[in-house]
Amino acid sequence: MSLLRIRKPKTRKGKKVLLAREPQLIESARTMLFVDGRKCGGNVKLCMKDLQQLKKPLVKVLNRKNDITPFDDPSSLEFLTMKNDAALFTFGSTSKKRPDNIIIGRIFENEVLDMFELGIKRYQSISEFKNEKIGACVKPCLVFNGPKWAQTEELRRLRNYFIDMFQREKVESIRLQGIEHVLSFTVTDDMSILMRSYKILLKKSGQKTPRIELEEIGPSADFSIRRTKIASDDLYKLARKQPKQLRVTKKKNISTDALGNTKGRVHLGKQQTGSIQTRRVKALKKSPEEKRADRQKKKVALKAAAVEALSTAD
Amino acid sequence: MDVVKAVLEKHQKELDKYKPITVEKHLECRIDVGTLLITDPNDLDDRQLADNKEEYLSALTRDNTQLLVNAIWELQTERVDESIVAKLPEPTTVLPRLRKPPGPRPLTKWEKFAKEKGITKKKKDKKTYDDVLDKWVPTYGFKRAEAEKDKEWVLEVPQNADPNTDMFQKKIDLRNEKVAKNEIQRMKNIVRAKKIEMPRSGYLGPEAASSNQLLTAVTVAKSSTASVGKFQSKLPKEKEARGLGVKELIPGGKRKASHISAQPEREANLDLIKSVLNKKPKLDVEKAISLQKQDERMEREADSANKPAKKGGKKGKGSRKAVGKKPKGHQGQRAPGKKGQAGRKRR
Repeated sequence: MSLLRIRKPKTRKGKKVLLAREPQLIESARTMLFVDGRKCGGNVKLCMKDLQQLKKPLVKVLNRKNDITPFDDPSSLEFLTMKNDAALFTFGSTSKKRPDNIIIGRIFENEVLDMFELGIKRYQSISEFKNEKIGACVKPCLVFNGPKWAQTEELRRLRNYFIDMFQREKVESIRLQGIEHVLSFTVTDDMSILMRSYKILLKKSGQKTPRIELEEIGPSADFSIRRTKIASDDLYKLARKQPKQLRVTKKKNISTDALGNTKGRVHLGKQQTGSIQTRRVKALKKSPEEKRADRQKKKVALKAAAVEALSTAD
Repeated sequence: MDVVKAVLEKHQKELDKYKPITVEKHLECRIDVGTLLITDPNDLDDRQLADNKEEYLSALTRDNTQLLVNAIWELQTERVDESIVAKLPEPTTVLPRLRKPPGPRPLTKWEKFAKEKGITKKKKDKKTYDDVLDKWVPTYGFKRAEAEKDKEWVLEVPQNADPNTDMFQKKIDLRNEKVAKNEIQRMKNIVRAKKIEMPRSGYLGPEAASSNQLLTAVTVAKSSTASVGKFQSKLPKEKEARGLGVKELIPGGKRKASHISAQPEREANLDLIKSVLNKKPKLDVEKAISLQKQDERMEREADSANKPAKKGGKKGKGSRKAVGKKPKGHQGQRAPGKKGQAGRKRR
């Protein structure tokens, strides 16, 4: 049990919950918390519903209205994410000053790391596209179009955030037929973000690799960036620091050649030729003369020992 | 050669039936196959974006997805349950974590001390042989308390203690006290590990603290004098903080084993009633004498103050005034039964 927990858990289940909230070496998939603001309807509500559908089952939805202004005071939002053990949050609200407002952000150490306020300029929900949809829990391909994504720090963070938000889980392998969803994010010159979602259709190409065709399934949205709050470089670096134990260290003396064979170099100690067991050969056997001489030597030694023992006894 | 040509032509024709899978890009796209991510840094076509936005976006995304899919299909594949599975490489995009990576557990004060001194934990046997009970008894855990109950079914009241003391209750109290102490030490260790300054009593400020915490803070603050708060003035109806763990916070305070006073309740109440009913002024002879003496001295001093002061008084030894006669031995009155009166007043 960790030392840094102040309140001791009373039940076994409570203990499990608290342990899950402690720093983990390998963190589980990031859940997203959906919070409504003072007023939250129309496009904002639709957008949040669709995001929930895309993120399922890694979602926690709070349905009550909350009098929170995350950019002025994020403390209550931080509290809610802490309580629900969520790493990401989406906060929807609409007001006269900021109509159709959606705030997306993420948490590090129970505090807001990044926060982006997006205004919805145009929205088409999933239900408006009348066609066949994709299955649940599909890991989407992510496409970022436009040179602007790498130009400012804010957009770089936003791109990183979108990856974080939609990449679902880290997987080791993927079923090739299961690649059926692509999300595209395009940033235009007037700094609006166009989010589109397509279903991937794998067509024959006469080769092993299939030809791709796309069919829009929604949601489709045009966002404008309003306010942003991004973490300082130090904090961001700290947040991205990976644990030492997970870092891959290069193994010495092991190499792979062009054919994919693993080769290892092994170091042996110095050979002890004196005590080594060799084949028994007749030529190395002792001759009768040598044997006799050995016996004689032994006899002499025994006699000497006996004389010595006698002299000491006297 | 004609055969080869024919085969190649046939293959080319077959390929022409399908749309191509190759994509031409001005700048190379960055692909992270591990996260199924592609970033296209090429400039957007502004005119097309304005005229037919949706088609343009769809085409652009299709091209980029095709590039990504081409990269995925090049990966090593294997067959798992009648489906082809590609092994993804490690993602190159680093995402922030939710919490810091877990570090080594900070040592407690005792652990630190033990490490410095090289003290190692001795392992106790699970069971020890008890001579009194004449059987093997668990040293800790399951059925240990039961065994102890068997052994200590009777407890001796020490010679100097009140004969009515409940020694069993005393034992329970002692144990509770230990538990409270342990808890406080655990908290202190947490504070030390987090490297924050905390007041000893855990005073959280007037807004956050509960009335109990405030009371504890007052009690601790009052008793934080050299004389453990013995001479601190009290408000008329002031209460002291009570409960587990309060005594531990008081620096230098003696830890009493029990909160039950030596006098049993009935007796204490009777005493109280008695003192109220027989309200006679208590006559303290010594106090009366000292008061009398004080009055006399005051009078004398008042008289001397009225007299005109002598001019050119004693010079020399400071401003000390000699009042009255110089004390002589064997002539003073003795106060029998009072100690510490003889000789110089020691301060």
